[in-house]
Amino acid sequence: MRDSQAVSASVKSPERNDTILYLDGVSVSFDGFKALNELSFYVMKGELRAIIGPNGAGKTTMMDVVTGKTRPDEGQVLFDGLTDLTRLDEARIANLGIGRKFQKPTVFENHTVFDNLELALSGSRDVLKSLLFKLKGEQQDRIDEVMEIIALTEVHQTNAGALSHGQKQWLEIGMLLMQEPELLLVDEPAAGMTDAETEQTSELLKKIAGDRSVVVVEHDMEFVKALESRVTVLHEGSVLAEGSLEKVQNDEQVIEVYLGR
Amino acid sequence: MSTPNFQRRSGFSFLLTDTGGKWLLGIILAAIILVPISNLYIPEESFFHVPTFMVSLFGKYLTFALLALSVDLIWGYCGILSLGHGAFFALGGYAMGMYMMRQIGDRGVYGNAELPDFMVFLDWKELPWYWYGFDSFSFAMLMVVLVPGILAFVFGWFAFRSRVSGVYLSIITQALTYAMMLAFFRNDMGFGGNNGLTDFKEILGFNLQTDGMRVTLFSLSALAVALGYVLCRYIVSSKLGRVLVAIRDAESRTRFLGYRVEYYQLFVFTVSAMLAGVAGALYVPQVGIINPSEFLPANSIEIVIWVAIGGRGSLYGAVLGGILVNYAKSYLTGAFPEIWLYALGGLFIFSTIFFPKGIVGSVASFSVKNSFSVSLVGFFQRIIGRMRQNLKGA
Repeated sequence: MRDSQAVSASVKSPERNDTILYLDGVSVSFDGFKALNELSFYVMKGELRAIIGPNGAGKTTMMDVVTGKTRPDEGQVLFDGLTDLTRLDEARIANLGIGRKFQKPTVFENHTVFDNLELALSGSRDVLKSLLFKLKGEQQDRIDEVMEIIALTEVHQTNAGALSHGQKQWLEIGMLLMQEPELLLVDEPAAGMTDAETEQTSELLKKIAGDRSVVVVEHDMEFVKALESRVTVLHEGSVLAEGSLEKVQNDEQVIEVYLGR
Repeated sequence: MSTPNFQRRSGFSFLLTDTGGKWLLGIILAAIILVPISNLYIPEESFFHVPTFMVSLFGKYLTFALLALSVDLIWGYCGILSLGHGAFFALGGYAMGMYMMRQIGDRGVYGNAELPDFMVFLDWKELPWYWYGFDSFSFAMLMVVLVPGILAFVFGWFAFRSRVSGVYLSIITQALTYAMMLAFFRNDMGFGGNNGLTDFKEILGFNLQTDGMRVTLFSLSALAVALGYVLCRYIVSSKLGRVLVAIRDAESRTRFLGYRVEYYQLFVFTVSAMLAGVAGALYVPQVGIINPSEFLPANSIEIVIWVAIGGRGSLYGAVLGGILVNYAKSYLTGAFPEIWLYALGGLFIFSTIFFPKGIVGSVASFSVKNSFSVSLVGFFQRIIGRMRQNLKGA
């Protein structure tokens, strides 16, 4: 308890206006089980952040809270230093500029690669406008550009369901890029990928960060190492340690949590 | 950078690439022109004469086809399995029936110019407020789409906003149509109780019993199917249609892309209910009666079976299913009345196991094969493969 208070005190130190994501004392419980326990941490604008932790540490719940899928029992989640996300639903949050990639690649299998990207294209989500929607030249260019980045230009007319696992992961990342979010939440992007694909994915994420903020949840230590980012370790719903990968790997508590199980 | 070399769909160009749709519209157009000629101008003894009872029968099937189309729009493209679409069909039918009741005027059994017969029988003194306006044809036509539309909108507003989906939605749509049925059975609802509305005489002053009127109703039904088809195709070919499929396949992904899933569902559900209402309005003058049995939950389930057998998610498959299954129903209930329900159930099971994409989907996948023997071997391989797949799925 005291530890988490200490962390939350240190959280308050940065200028809120420089943060893209600011969690303060967020708690969520499911039937008495505390998935998040006064979780507090912040991510700066343009930062690439890795979040690691053993199973049940609350990584996915944290993402659910930020994207509006789960409402926290208490605590504050601020986007861009001022917008409280805890009152908004998924669609509103997505339109504010938060993109999410699921753990299992989730693309629209019956749509082509092109259509998947077109659906993700930033712009009006209005029902009647989408009935009358016509793709503009610059939007087409944007889709081409993203297809190039995720290396799927060749297969743009293929149904997403026919893509390989790695390609689906990239397509989903590509869809996030189409949304032009300010903050990207990425859940285990390297799961089930070959080494070569994993490497390409980490390059891709590094390229994306800088323009925007990226939060990556990951199990794979090699992958986290390749990201060369600050690392936050979650344990039982709160922050256990934070810093460079090296620092947290040498942290007594972290070693205990990871090896003690 | 290479620009993908294909043109985006725009305007009504979707009709050009839609082979099944072109066939469908062609056949309907031919029917609109040929059936009236054949019925009215070719002598009865000729082989090419279509008797009036056939015209009315197929006119009825066409209204069912439109109803099936409306269900395919929401089920095939948005994954909303409504088991209560018969309610919207019946409401459209009642609106039309109310207009035709007012047209009877003082020619009823009791000769009361102010009140329909059943109200005189119930000793009502004046017309209930909700019957006002139904003397006017245009008002009644407006109600044909508005009443089902508003009910679907209100129902959908609560259901979709609370994120009721899948089986739960199907169950409450059943409850909806069942509740409507019980309500319409009550005499004091003012819709004729269990007898419903009948003894219709004319529409816009034209006698309903003439061959000319029968043929007109047939052609209007065919036209409604064609226009309904073009409307549905327009919707599913637009970006809105691609969002619907996205919702069907990965709802939460769609939400996280920023789409308000409930608004899309509400839109398409309401449009679908209005189409069902139009179908009902065309159905009633052709069969001459509307009563609460149209609200039977079993009726609504049957609609889904037509769509499944014809081929879900293709639109023309639904039209085909609506016509074929009902033709089979008329034939079998006449020839072997006791086996119809078994045949229907059997067809449904058979088609879900062997032809999950219905008649249309199976024809499409067969035409790829070039030689007969290859296709025969392929046929059995496919059947075995499908059985395995479906067993695994279950």
